[in-house]
Amino acid sequence: MSRPGFVLEVDERTPPLIVHRGEGFGLESFPLGTKVLYPPDSLPGIRDVGGAITAALDAPLDSEPLDELLTAGMALTIVFDDISIPLPQMVTPDIRQRVIEAVLERAAAAGVDDVELIAANALHRRMTPAELQRMVGERVFRSFWPDHLRNHDAEDPDGLTHIGETDQGETVEINRRAASSDLIVYVNVNLVPMSGGHKSVPVGLASYRSLRPHHNVHTLQRSRSFMDPPNSAMHHSYERMGTLLADSGVRVFTIETTLNNDTFPKEFAFLNKREWEWSLRDQASYLAAKRGNDLAPAGLRRKVWQRVASPYGVTGVNAGATGPVHERTLASIHRQQLVEVEGQSDVLVFGLPFICPYNVNSIMNPILVMCLGLGYYFNMYRNKPPVREGGTLILFHPTPWEFHQVHHPSYVDFFDEVLSETTDPATIETKFEQQYATDPWYIHLYRHSYAYHGVHPFYMWYWGAHAMEHLGDVILVGANRPAVARMGFRSASTFADALEMASDTVGRSPSITYLHSPPLTLADVR
Amino acid sequence: MSLSLELYRSRSRYLAAKAVGGRIPGALAGPIAPLRLVNRDEPRTPAAGWVRVRPRLAGICGSDLATLSGQSSFYFSPLVSMPFVPGHEVVGELLDDVAPAPDPGPDAPASRRDGLAAGTRVVLDPVLSCGARGVGPCRWCAEGQRSRCDRVTVGHVSPGLQTGYCADTGGGWGRRLVAHRDQLHAIPDTLPDKRAVLVEPLACAVHSVRRAGIEPGQSVVVVGAGTVGLFTLLALRSLTQAASVTVVAKHDRQRELAAAFGATDVVAPDRAVNALRRSSRAFLLHPERGTDFLLGGVDVAFEATGASSGLDLALRTVRAGGRVVLAGLPGARADLTPVWYRELELVGAYASGQSPERVSDFDTAIAMATEAPLDGVVSATYPLQRWREAIDHAFAAGRLGALKVTFAPQEE
Repeated sequence: MSRPGFVLEVDERTPPLIVHRGEGFGLESFPLGTKVLYPPDSLPGIRDVGGAITAALDAPLDSEPLDELLTAGMALTIVFDDISIPLPQMVTPDIRQRVIEAVLERAAAAGVDDVELIAANALHRRMTPAELQRMVGERVFRSFWPDHLRNHDAEDPDGLTHIGETDQGETVEINRRAASSDLIVYVNVNLVPMSGGHKSVPVGLASYRSLRPHHNVHTLQRSRSFMDPPNSAMHHSYERMGTLLADSGVRVFTIETTLNNDTFPKEFAFLNKREWEWSLRDQASYLAAKRGNDLAPAGLRRKVWQRVASPYGVTGVNAGATGPVHERTLASIHRQQLVEVEGQSDVLVFGLPFICPYNVNSIMNPILVMCLGLGYYFNMYRNKPPVREGGTLILFHPTPWEFHQVHHPSYVDFFDEVLSETTDPATIETKFEQQYATDPWYIHLYRHSYAYHGVHPFYMWYWGAHAMEHLGDVILVGANRPAVARMGFRSASTFADALEMASDTVGRSPSITYLHSPPLTLADVR
Repeated sequence: MSLSLELYRSRSRYLAAKAVGGRIPGALAGPIAPLRLVNRDEPRTPAAGWVRVRPRLAGICGSDLATLSGQSSFYFSPLVSMPFVPGHEVVGELLDDVAPAPDPGPDAPASRRDGLAAGTRVVLDPVLSCGARGVGPCRWCAEGQRSRCDRVTVGHVSPGLQTGYCADTGGGWGRRLVAHRDQLHAIPDTLPDKRAVLVEPLACAVHSVRRAGIEPGQSVVVVGAGTVGLFTLLALRSLTQAASVTVVAKHDRQRELAAAFGATDVVAPDRAVNALRRSSRAFLLHPERGTDFLLGGVDVAFEATGASSGLDLALRTVRAGGRVVLAGLPGARADLTPVWYRELELVGAYASGQSPERVSDFDTAIAMATEAPLDGVVSATYPLQRWREAIDHAFAAGRLGALKVTFAPQEE
């Protein structure tokens, strides 16, 4: 039996606590009375994952068993989540590989010849062949690549189908092959409550036109939070789109999987534990890892962190109709990540890790740092944010002024051109989004290189729009000062300095909450 | 006798300046400068139509600095006569009456028709063309395009493409010079000296912009934001309906002025290719060696740095069939491959001229000098005795937040 989530109140006996700082970490002493939110202990993984997959496919929710949906002569498209989840990547075999192999075996048995596999990368960068192979496994890759295993192309004029408009006027346009298939099997990995459900097909296979209705400032500021789908305007839009797809005859068989919180491999096992429970071995590991990491050259350090593969356990496999499947998925995620906390505080603290959804095998540039802190982490709440309106957010991350030239070309221009003029999400959206979204060079790089779409940095900025509206101050500790200033935030050398700076906004004795993550923690704020 | 700064021939100083000037700019104002403060005989008026002028302010131009630092091309060697007194951006005061021209022509300005009285403040069009030299008009002078004169080596005065490069006329960096009636433009009393001294570079900018033939709605980049670049920007905003003018500026003060003078966008050199790619929605290519370039790009580029990197940037960011205007003295080599491959037009723009309606660029420039926000553009003024400081200041102008450094030759 795993222990539930836990709120520690820092007292004299509390040891310094682990704080992630990008490609590094350290111990930090928190003021007395700080509330520290720990996720539940990692849930036990399913021992017989193959059996769980079989059971899910044989007895799906609100759907016929998969075997009954597969018939000779049909067109089957298997769509799967791209490299943006889970984070870090999981050790192989990836759960998607196991599910895809099971689906393919059944399709072969049913005599289905017309099978295509598509990564649901939406406007994310294409996955490289090596990345695809790692995800789907060598056997599937060898059988389908390159003609029948590919990335979704949201800018292929011949590869999209306009489905229609929702009752709110939202354009639904998805991958033509998927839309014209007799059956889409969507293979998902769910790490956070934002993912899965009707986000999978209507978003993962969408075009820019079809993303605009929900990937915008207005919707994001009304998604409180976007990690809490019932209260997320963005998810309401997804649902309307998913319903329209179903009403239009697009048949989706959803397979969702959930993972536990075994985020770090055994060399970094201490990062999965609560600090006062560290054994001598954990303490030695910490000292060795920290020393080695601090001494390593930046390039080597990045390489090592990017090679981290998480030994996640699979906690759930559910298949069938999208809605019921996703309900189970959310329940499983809540079991793993939810921690109840009483009331909001004046200051919220995050230690941002080395990885976010958009820098796998890449560089976490300043915009992604913002997105991870003010987007993903800030929204890891239900009911209300852990920090009060007008409060201060303190982030730990070095935030180097560094960009991956292949993956993030439009980010470079966004950072130089757009943010030097304004940081206001609404102004940015009005003045610049269209230019970037329709820039033929970015479109070319998205389609033929490995670049995120030209509009992607805008989405990253919008992701933080709710936090920007809510917070009175954002301070980054140990960050590159010019990069932080460009984004309109402040930087501090130390945590103590950050608290001193925050006193302008929240006074000298603020209440503080530290969301201890990763592993992922979802705050249920009462 | 007249106190003057004299540029003289010195092989050793030339070689030293060329070798170390770029790396140690301070040395160019010190021991290796081929410049000296001397008392020369006052220049004599060589023929009728010439008068004496008392310079009040004289600018230090990029071409002067290029000459001092040994960066100028030897192409100019037969077009100058040594030793000479530099200084071709001049506002001065007439010491003699200027008689009316014997054949003023129907479109001649009032000054040429009626003459000018001693004491009148004038600015100098430095080009020493057929009229000044007392030879029959060449084809270009007959057409009113005196900057293209084919006779700049003959006639009443020694070879010299301009005042400030001719051994006989003196120049603005001295207390006296002589000028021909054709070179003089009277200025209104309302135009202060610190603006009037900018008329000559403004006239050059007007000429550059006219040479570019910009059509309404076209996109333009000005590479460089020294005097040439910023005045080109002013002229672009005054004379054309360009849709956008991006200025590539290296220094903070230049960026401020470019924005104040109406640039659509101001970008740092290291951001220029990306910014122009963005604004023109071009494609960006990365050669194995050398700087990135665009397929697509802006319609017209002005090169206003005199550096090979500036010309390279201009050539690499103009669209196919576009135009690159050499607005300043080109001092270095550049890869001309884009000129061939993208079928670019490479346009030179030297000195000043006149509009198709036969309006002198100087008249246009005098109007601009009166109206444009030029306060503070003259950043420093030095007496001749402090020439080393002045030259040093001019070489480091961008870095020091200065734009135009001038001499006040009559001051002590």
